[in-house]
Amino acid sequence: MSKKHIVVDPITRIEGHLRIEAIIDENNTIVDAYSSSTMFRGIEEILKGRDPRDCGLLAMRICGVCTGTHYQRSIEAVEHAFGVTIPKNARLVRNLIQGSLYLHDHVVHFYHLHALDWVDITKALEADPQKTVDEAKKWAKIAGTTPWVADSAKFGEVQDRLKKFVKQGRLGIFAKGYWGNPHYKLTPEQNLLAVTHYLQALDLQRDAAKMMAIFGGKNPHPQSIVVGGVTCVQDLKNPSRIALFKELLKGFRAFIKGAYLPDIYMAGTMYADEALDGTGRGLKNYLVYGGYRLQDTGFYKSELLFPGGVVVDGKYKEFDQEKVAEDVTHAWYEGDKPLHPFNGKTIPNYTGFGKKEGGIAYLDTKGKYSWIKSPIYDDTRVEVGPLARMVVGYVKGDKRITEYVGKFLKNGNLPAKVLYSTVGRTAARAIETDLMADVMMEWVDELAKNTAAGDLSTWTEFDFNYVSKDAQGYGLEEAPRGALGHWVKIRNGKVENYQAVVPSTWNAAPRDYKNRMGAYEASLIGTKVAKPEEPLEILRTIHSFDPCIACAVHIVDTKGKSLGEFKVNTSCSI
Amino acid sequence: MNREHLRSLFTTKSARVDTNKGEAYYKNLYERCRARLDELKKMTPMRTIDIAQVLEDEGVSRRDFLKWASATTAMLMLPASFTPLVAEAAELMNRIPVIWIELQDCAGNSEALLRSDGPKVDEIILEIISLEFHETLMAPAGHQAEAQLEDAIEHFKGEYLLFVEGAIPVGRGREWCTIGASGETFEEHLKRLANNAAAIVAVGTCATFGGVPAAAPNPTGAVGVMDVVGNKPIINIPACPANPANMVGVILHYVLTGQIPELDSLLRPKFAFGYRIHDNCERRAHFDAGEFVEEWGDEGAENNFCLYKMGCKGPMTFNNCSIIRYNESVNWPIGAGHGCIGCSEPDFWDKYAYERPMADANIKMAPGGGVEKSVDEFGLALLTAAGVGIAIHAAASAIGGKKEGEEK
Repeated sequence: MSKKHIVVDPITRIEGHLRIEAIIDENNTIVDAYSSSTMFRGIEEILKGRDPRDCGLLAMRICGVCTGTHYQRSIEAVEHAFGVTIPKNARLVRNLIQGSLYLHDHVVHFYHLHALDWVDITKALEADPQKTVDEAKKWAKIAGTTPWVADSAKFGEVQDRLKKFVKQGRLGIFAKGYWGNPHYKLTPEQNLLAVTHYLQALDLQRDAAKMMAIFGGKNPHPQSIVVGGVTCVQDLKNPSRIALFKELLKGFRAFIKGAYLPDIYMAGTMYADEALDGTGRGLKNYLVYGGYRLQDTGFYKSELLFPGGVVVDGKYKEFDQEKVAEDVTHAWYEGDKPLHPFNGKTIPNYTGFGKKEGGIAYLDTKGKYSWIKSPIYDDTRVEVGPLARMVVGYVKGDKRITEYVGKFLKNGNLPAKVLYSTVGRTAARAIETDLMADVMMEWVDELAKNTAAGDLSTWTEFDFNYVSKDAQGYGLEEAPRGALGHWVKIRNGKVENYQAVVPSTWNAAPRDYKNRMGAYEASLIGTKVAKPEEPLEILRTIHSFDPCIACAVHIVDTKGKSLGEFKVNTSCSI
Repeated sequence: MNREHLRSLFTTKSARVDTNKGEAYYKNLYERCRARLDELKKMTPMRTIDIAQVLEDEGVSRRDFLKWASATTAMLMLPASFTPLVAEAAELMNRIPVIWIELQDCAGNSEALLRSDGPKVDEIILEIISLEFHETLMAPAGHQAEAQLEDAIEHFKGEYLLFVEGAIPVGRGREWCTIGASGETFEEHLKRLANNAAAIVAVGTCATFGGVPAAAPNPTGAVGVMDVVGNKPIINIPACPANPANMVGVILHYVLTGQIPELDSLLRPKFAFGYRIHDNCERRAHFDAGEFVEEWGDEGAENNFCLYKMGCKGPMTFNNCSIIRYNESVNWPIGAGHGCIGCSEPDFWDKYAYERPMADANIKMAPGGGVEKSVDEFGLALLTAAGVGIAIHAAASAIGGKKEGEEK
């Protein structure tokens, strides 16, 4: 009879500050859900008035997890505005930097942010290390490979370490987890296998970060990309740097194939009932801006690794940035109808929480309840991310994507419908990581070949004073979490207006003007929870999107109104 | 005029920390550290960890471990004789509880912590310090996460190190950012956690000086920890993000001596921020020889020339990047051919983060800047201000160092 209204704040193991509220009925099924971001910085406002050449460095600080991707998009938006086409070396280096980000991000997401939703660490204590070897072999075989670790002594060591850890009482970051929840479904041996990989991935992720630093200078927050190209001439000139990159890539790829993919088959099989049920499927409309240029043609003319497009009701359509709009009906800004980014208005209008009861503040869900706006594509709510990329590529018939998705489903003997679920979202990320690692091997060889042939060109010259008088452009790409775009208007050498519409804006958004849910919200509806006081199932589905909330909150203002004393004069609009 | 002025600016003796404080000082310090470690050893262990076993599990030899300890000793500016103490302190680190909170941040410092380099041992340290609360890594969420935080505060009252990542809005955005089911503002949250901490470590430039959200026009009125908390020792580890070696260095120093490291006038540990990027830059010889990169990708760039003319702010920036570099020393921004953007300095987004030398800065006007100054005039004004800033900083550091030396 009585419905429960639960508040989960903070949502942990994500980037940023996110709150989820859910209404759970008497059958422990989620019947309503609200997603809210509770942090605001105002980065776009800060970017206004700066030299467009400097914006990339600051825009990158939108996020330290998707590090580098905002940097590149900002730079590309300016290059697009200026009509600059970068040299081949620069394109390859940028692809490799962002490729390293994908590998790093996806692996860290699965093992360190997401795995504890599927893996019960405490159960690993009961495992038989010898049987764990059989388990490792079984899943690697399905993935068509040999296991990363298949040594009972190694599994035994990890188990001993865990035992010691548990015995000493304070569990630190593992304390008060949802251990023993009946919705954990792995066997003790499977848990031990996953925990072993958790620890190894913690060590190995540094290698993927190092790959980015070889050409980027450091990670997080690389510093070698400039409007017109890249600056890392030294690292291109020296063949041993490219060789080091390749060596690290090879090692990391072996982990992806020998541990990550098999673990996905394992989790996918053990949680197959949920996948087949479509638990967490959500909106089932997908959007891809498109990403990774494969040719040295001008902007948006090149063939892409991840083709852009939209799949609504199972049908593919071309992507058109004109159809992007943002609505603020339920976001803490003033405004009354959805507007295209270039015409958007953003005036903060913080209305705070609704009722407060028993020390808990509840969102005012009838009114405004988040710092994230609600993006809409062609008046449709959509989901972005690895699943969107795989679905759009598959439906469109992209050769490479079809091959990798097909191989995954065939090896696992799985119907395509499993993809439309929380499990499917997690699997799509792994399929994509496998694909990316393979493609990067091709790119790094291409780079080595090009530099060995004597091409050391890294930058395209342009006349700043001329091109920056009155220009506008956009940098559209695919970040690890999904479609990421920066739009910039430039006048007299300074940024007149700046906006980013990014993955977690699409996914974590609140309801829109038609009261339609955002992707997180829709994905929670119908999910059955084992214990309403333990938000395990909510975390599982929300984490499957890999939330990045710092990215999602931004402000725009094209009409010269500003938050602070800082004034911008604007006259042009699209 | 400019050129001459800059030359004098760059060739001025920097605030380099005097690394040799004399035998008596180190003897005294050694004894204090010894006593501190013995005292720590007597405490009930929070975990029973056999470092030899952990090293073996991780495939790290004792020799590698000592190599790491000796490198860290040098980084902390201690004589080689302290190496065994540093090694011992590393083994005792599990006794220091750490609570890590995130405010107006991008998680870049949390990510940096994961990259903690040196030999693999730093990873072990990540496991061995008692990390009681860290939103990006912890298993529970919501009420259970909050319960874990309360539990840690209660259990380690007055003992934990509070790491803070991200700025705090105290202006117009004071109410705009909240955390937890009760809707506590960032400011309230920080103050509450600070009250029971032993000391606070502000990591990254947002937590130290306001950083990104505080860049002009500072829409939310963001500030750093030291502008909010007045009743606790604060250690600032700026940079965007902070170098993980410096985070580990501060923790180690605290374990070793029971005190916070010697700080400069901006509360930055001198072992890391005692000298300028420029002082130890691998391209310094080209600066002295007047060989500059004039344009991205030019012949100078192909030959590692100095990046000053491409906007490098190494001469104005105090940090140890040029020595310890990033990601297991594989590279650093100047190594990758881009100038330093001054990310460990206050207000660097408005003062330093652009790709032209200061005199040519076409930078954003500060709020309330009034009449637009000409680019040259504005650049010059800034240049002078920066010069004065460095001079003051140098003097303050020198005095600070002397005072500390005399006391002991």
